[in-house]
Amino acid sequence: MGYHTTPEKMNAIFSDLSKDYLIYAPKRFVGDGTFTDIDTIRYGEITDLAEIEFAEKSDYSFKEVLLPISETLFYFTENEMKEADPPKKGAIVFLRSCDLHGLKRMDTIYLENGAVDTYYKRLRDQTKFILIGCENSFDNCFCVSMGTQKSDDYDAYIKVDGQTVLVDSHWDVLDTALAGQAPAPVTPDSVTANDTVVTIPETVPQTLFDAPFWEDYGNRCIACGRCNFVCPTCTCFTMQDIFYTDNGKAGERRRVWASCHVDGYTDMAGGHAFRNDKGQRMRFKVMHKVNDYKRRFGSHMCIGCGRCDDVCPEYISFANCINKLNDLVNDTVKEEN
Amino acid sequence: MTTTALNTNNSDNPYLPFLSEIIDVIKHTEIEYTFKMTYSGAVKPGQFFEVSLPKFGEAPISVSGIGDGTVDLTIRKVGKVTDEIFENYIGDTLFLRGPYGNGFDIANYKGKEIILVAGGTGLSPVKGIVDYFSAHPDDCKSFTLLVGFKSPNDVLFKKDFEEWEKNLNVIMTVDTPVDGYCGKCGLVTQYIPDIPIKNSDQAVGIVVGPPMMMKCTITELFNVGFKEANIWISQERKMCCGIGKCGHCKIDDTYICLDGPVFNYTKGKFLKD
Ligand SMILES: Cc1cc2nc3c(=O)[nH]c(=O)nc-3n(C[C@H](O)[C@H](O)[C@H](O)COP(=O)(O)OP(=O)(O)OC[C@H]3O[C@@H](n4cnc5c(N)ncnc54)[C@H](O)[C@@H]3O)c2cc1C
Ligand code: SF4
Ligand code: SF4
Ligand code: FES
Repeated sequence: MGYHTTPEKMNAIFSDLSKDYLIYAPKRFVGDGTFTDIDTIRYGEITDLAEIEFAEKSDYSFKEVLLPISETLFYFTENEMKEADPPKKGAIVFLRSCDLHGLKRMDTIYLENGAVDTYYKRLRDQTKFILIGCENSFDNCFCVSMGTQKSDDYDAYIKVDGQTVLVDSHWDVLDTALAGQAPAPVTPDSVTANDTVVTIPETVPQTLFDAPFWEDYGNRCIACGRCNFVCPTCTCFTMQDIFYTDNGKAGERRRVWASCHVDGYTDMAGGHAFRNDKGQRMRFKVMHKVNDYKRRFGSHMCIGCGRCDDVCPEYISFANCINKLNDLVNDTVKEEN
Repeated sequence: MTTTALNTNNSDNPYLPFLSEIIDVIKHTEIEYTFKMTYSGAVKPGQFFEVSLPKFGEAPISVSGIGDGTVDLTIRKVGKVTDEIFENYIGDTLFLRGPYGNGFDIANYKGKEIILVAGGTGLSPVKGIVDYFSAHPDDCKSFTLLVGFKSPNDVLFKKDFEEWEKNLNVIMTVDTPVDGYCGKCGLVTQYIPDIPIKNSDQAVGIVVGPPMMMKCTITELFNVGFKEANIWISQERKMCCGIGKCGHCKIDDTYICLDGPVFNYTKGKFLKD
């Protein structure tokens, strides 16, 4: 149901909800970026709508709410393991349409691919999602190419327009709280075009995995992993056991974000590693995002947020790479005919 | 079997290991031991457990034998977790979770002429198959076990070989002999052409070992007339979860931990890291 209300009313509702929920939204952190004079926009807790950065794309995605950078799974002594307690409160997350599609990709991995992940599920079940509209496309966005520019699978849509807050609620708790506010039809803002357009090759012949095309990436990529860390659909982790004192038996088992671009991702005992070449790591990631995942699960993994392009210190563009790969595939097919 | 699922733990938690007791330790070499562990539940050769040691981490280890209420884990001591496992003795307990992966399906091999080729510790995941046909030799037309080890000092499962030799055609070879060794030498591949096979286009090949060894062995099997669809391999990759989440084992649209580690070669040959 749609409503027009005021920031004061909305903040009062959030204040009430904060008894049961932590509220996460993109916030501006001043002078926190790569250089001290650059701000970053990343997720943090908010108590007031005014704290939310609505005008720009967030550098990092919401994924850390459901998949913390480092998450304790167990506390242990030598002979006992105790599951870490879930957070006492649920979460409310503000996010854009592309990221909401990203949530589906996380769900697929954590709820459907093999056993249900207890830790993800218990956070997911207690999380509500509030859509932020996009009045215009940002740099490097290609959501329209990926079909993620619109979503109606939200618990609420909220837009702040001066002294009016436009709400479209799919959540009974909000409907109850907003009872008495002016009903009005509210449609989320969404874009219909981006400057960046990608064309994804339907299939990539395996013979192109070793094409010289990837060498350029091998020479430029410094394996920092930032493209993976900002990506809302990168879900990999590594297990890590830590202990509190050197000789003590007590400690915890955690999982921490992992990156397929960073050394060590495929290391096996005996010192053997796959994809030592960074160009091959790029190939692996690109194929996963716009080919492998789709073959297994039916939709592309990449949701076209362009954050990987925004963040890369070597100015490597994932979107360009897809387009160049598409050209290469077309050329190869032509040559063969 | 004792478990310490504390009341507060969610028993559906797939990361929650259970305690399993070591009931025997068989020392093959200085760095390779078999730990016989209590386990009752369905399990197949080629499946694996995550051995989970608080403070040290987890390591995927293949099932190298299946007994009544037990599984064997043959472990090579190479690092953090495996070093620590070797600090344990009969009566001690280890945390395990699993079994994971698809494993080998014995039914695919029954009634066939079989050549099983293993390199070194690659014998572990297929040992259950050898045990089965050694105990039921009439379930197949013929069974040749061809195994290569680095040197006579690296030979695993010596006792089992004595048993297998009774019913199966066993060929064991070493890369580098030592003084006093009078067995076969050289790579496994050179012995393949001499293995008697009546219908090579119907015969089954099972190949597990280091990547180069698998590649050369499969080429040799093709040379003697084996069909792709009759060759089975097992793949080893880095694994952190074993349940399709951590991503480390993924190759194209395949998760080795879920869809493998055992593959028919018609699928396995396309796996490109
Ligand atoms: C499906 C599957 C089945 C497996 N089955 C078995 C099995 O039956 N038996 C078995 O023993 N192993 C098996 N392995 C391998 C086993 O999981 C690894 O050996 C184990 O995880 C190593 O863990 P770790 O903590 O002891 O070593 P770590 O401390 O993690 O050491 C491994 C890392 O240290 C380095 N390293 C360690 N040792 C050496 C070395 N000797 N030379 C050079 N570098 C080294 C490497 O960089 C390697 O990545 C299997 C693996 C898989 C995926
Ligand atoms: S691959 Fe890049 S554009 Fe695609 S979802 Fe990840 S960060 Fe966004
Ligand atoms: S952000 Fe750029 S340099 Fe860093 S790992 Fe990704 S592609 Fe390589
Ligand atoms: S081992 Fe984690 S996804 Fe396969």
